[in-house]
Amino acid sequence: MRSSLLHDVLAMTGEHVVLVLIALGTAAAIGIPGGVWLSRAARLRGPLLGVVNVIQTVPSLALFGFLIPIPYVGGIGKRTAVVALVLYALLPILRNTLTGLLSVEPAVLESATAMGMTDAQRLFRVELPLATRTILAGLRVAAVTTIGTATIAAAIGGGGLGVFIFRGVASVDAGLILAGAVPAALLALLADGGLGWLEKRLSPV
Amino acid sequence: MTAGAPVVDFRGVRYEVGGRAVLRGLDLSVAAGETLVLLGRSGSGKTTALKLVNALLLPTAGEVLVDGRSTRDWDVIELRRRIGYVIQETGLFPHLSVARNVSVVPELEGWTAERIAARVDELLRSVGLPPDVFRGRRPRELSGGQRQRVGVARALAADPEILLFDEPFGALDPVTRLELQKQFLALRRTVRKTALFVTHDVREALALGTRIALLHDGRVEALAAPQQFLESTSDEARTFLACLDWKLSA
Repeated sequence: MRSSLLHDVLAMTGEHVVLVLIALGTAAAIGIPGGVWLSRAARLRGPLLGVVNVIQTVPSLALFGFLIPIPYVGGIGKRTAVVALVLYALLPILRNTLTGLLSVEPAVLESATAMGMTDAQRLFRVELPLATRTILAGLRVAAVTTIGTATIAAAIGGGGLGVFIFRGVASVDAGLILAGAVPAALLALLADGGLGWLEKRLSPV
Repeated sequence: MTAGAPVVDFRGVRYEVGGRAVLRGLDLSVAAGETLVLLGRSGSGKTTALKLVNALLLPTAGEVLVDGRSTRDWDVIELRRRIGYVIQETGLFPHLSVARNVSVVPELEGWTAERIAARVDELLRSVGLPPDVFRGRRPRELSGGQRQRVGVARALAADPEILLFDEPFGALDPVTRLELQKQFLALRRTVRKTALFVTHDVREALALGTRIALLHDGRVEALAAPQQFLESTSDEARTFLACLDWKLSA
């Protein structure tokens, strides 16, 4: 009995991690290039950040609910969960990429241009290296919140550690709730520490 | 004026920003090998004139010719790689070492690592920074004067034909400034380049320029070698020269 619970916890933790990694990877794949693009499109910046901000304010359980009836992205299951988690993780990544790029000193940018760098050279040799720390900080915030929010994904059949929590709440079993909550908290701490360490390691200045 | 075609030639250049004219009909030729100082007050258009040379800005009307070709017709990347640019804020890349900062343009130009390393050491020595001490330092570990020296070395790196200086010594303390001005003159003797040097300091203009162009209200108000400039009768020139005589009276 005990060993089978431990086995279940490990399996669900694995599922949880996969869910979070897919969501974070997708959010980064959209958010970082999106931030680069917004840093060059001053006019779209306000409206687009507004939309992403509004998504962030929708309570997570409601967002999962809203997504269910939408064709292709919706339904019951992991896909819907990933879509919702990506929408949440997007804001910190997008905003921090943009902030990091916009905070590069104008004199540094002018020098890069005046030295005959192409736009791409300037981006990859100067702007992104100088924004790395801020971008990583955004990833860290996104990782910690996604690990937490992903527990709610169980409500729509997303699986992961939330399964224990919902089951524990339904059967008023504190032990079962802890079986989901403790590993989730540990994952969040691990992600926070790991990415924080990376942030300091990779800090260029 | 020196014989031969001008290296940089401003022809009836007008530059407007937000409906305000910064330059209103600038005509000025820069000959090969000279150091032409653009002297003027803040807002006289001297920095704008400089940025028109490396196409950071394009004229609203008229044209700027570099080596006989309008900056509109140049491939901007090619144009900028043959022009060194030194600014007051230095614009050094904070994430790169001194050596990497200096090697940016040679790297872009695809030089070999050995050639770049040799060039970096040679340049650091020529601006008075012992390579062994400074090669690996980051810009934030340098004093203002040292940063500006690195800025000059970086601008010289790929042996550009033209050098642009925008108040490079403006933010330095007077002692360091004098030191760098002396170094500049020493460097001028060994490195024969065409240079445009922007300053609002008449003393610096007289010391460093082979000719001085006084900019006022977006036009050239006076143009003369330092000795003749001292005798200039233009009002704006007299105003600037008066700064030389000014003393604190008791």
